[in-house]
Amino acid sequence: MDWQGQKLAEQIMQVMLLVFAVVSFGAGYVLGSFQMMMLVYAGGVTLTTLITIPNWPFFNRHPLKWLDLSEAEKHPKPQVAVSSKKKSTKK
Amino acid sequence: MHSFGYRLNGLLTFAVTILALMCVIASLSDNLNIPSPSAEIQIMNINWFQKQPKGSDEVSLRMNISADLQSLFTWNTKQVFIFVAAEYETRKNSLNQVSLWDAIIPAKERAKFWIRSSNKYRFVDHGKNLRGKEFNLTLHWHVMPKTGKMFADKIVMSGYSLPEEYI
Repeated sequence: MDWQGQKLAEQIMQVMLLVFAVVSFGAGYVLGSFQMMMLVYAGGVTLTTLITIPNWPFFNRHPLKWLDLSEAEKHPKPQVAVSSKKKSTKK
Repeated sequence: MHSFGYRLNGLLTFAVTILALMCVIASLSDNLNIPSPSAEIQIMNINWFQKQPKGSDEVSLRMNISADLQSLFTWNTKQVFIFVAAEYETRKNSLNQVSLWDAIIPAKERAKFWIRSSNKYRFVDHGKNLRGKEFNLTLHWHVMPKTGKMFADKIVMSGYSLPEEYI
């Protein structure tokens, strides 16, 4: 999944769970059946899992553009300075 | 929301938290129910009324218990536990309660009933105070929920009394 896809997945998950919570509570209350509430909610959780957890293609519509290998070789990686790190951690 | 496991964990945690909130609201919805139960107990017969060898009074009664407790049930009720207690006063104690009979009502359909039975549990006093004693019979109930708060209440029926002499 790309970054936009992750945000979309999280939003879909939250909205679907809340909607199913309200729907299942309403169904259970009106029918007078606690079991009906639990069944509808369990079905809702399963459905939400199937939609938001696997890596579906529609979550990958803004894929990350990685740098080409040929372009990367033109710009060498910066060197890390070793001496400065020791002083800061002693305190 | 980075990986499969991360998303699954987030979803399950959120789902369970919302479920807990739904259970709290379900329990609160029980307060909307205003019950109107009714009950009547007749003492059909005093089987025997003796002094035990150790010295305490004991009585065995046959009762006809009839009640309509259907209005106690809500969608969030698992079962209703009821018991009948005899309550009386003695010189030593301002309140004595002796449980005589109990039952579990599992569903609304069974909540309107009558039953003729002797006391399930022995009606024994601490002492020899029962001759000619006036007592109340109280029907207590506990409404046990599927989730949340349990409600308990009672109906007090007065005017019963035991014979003056042992039978």
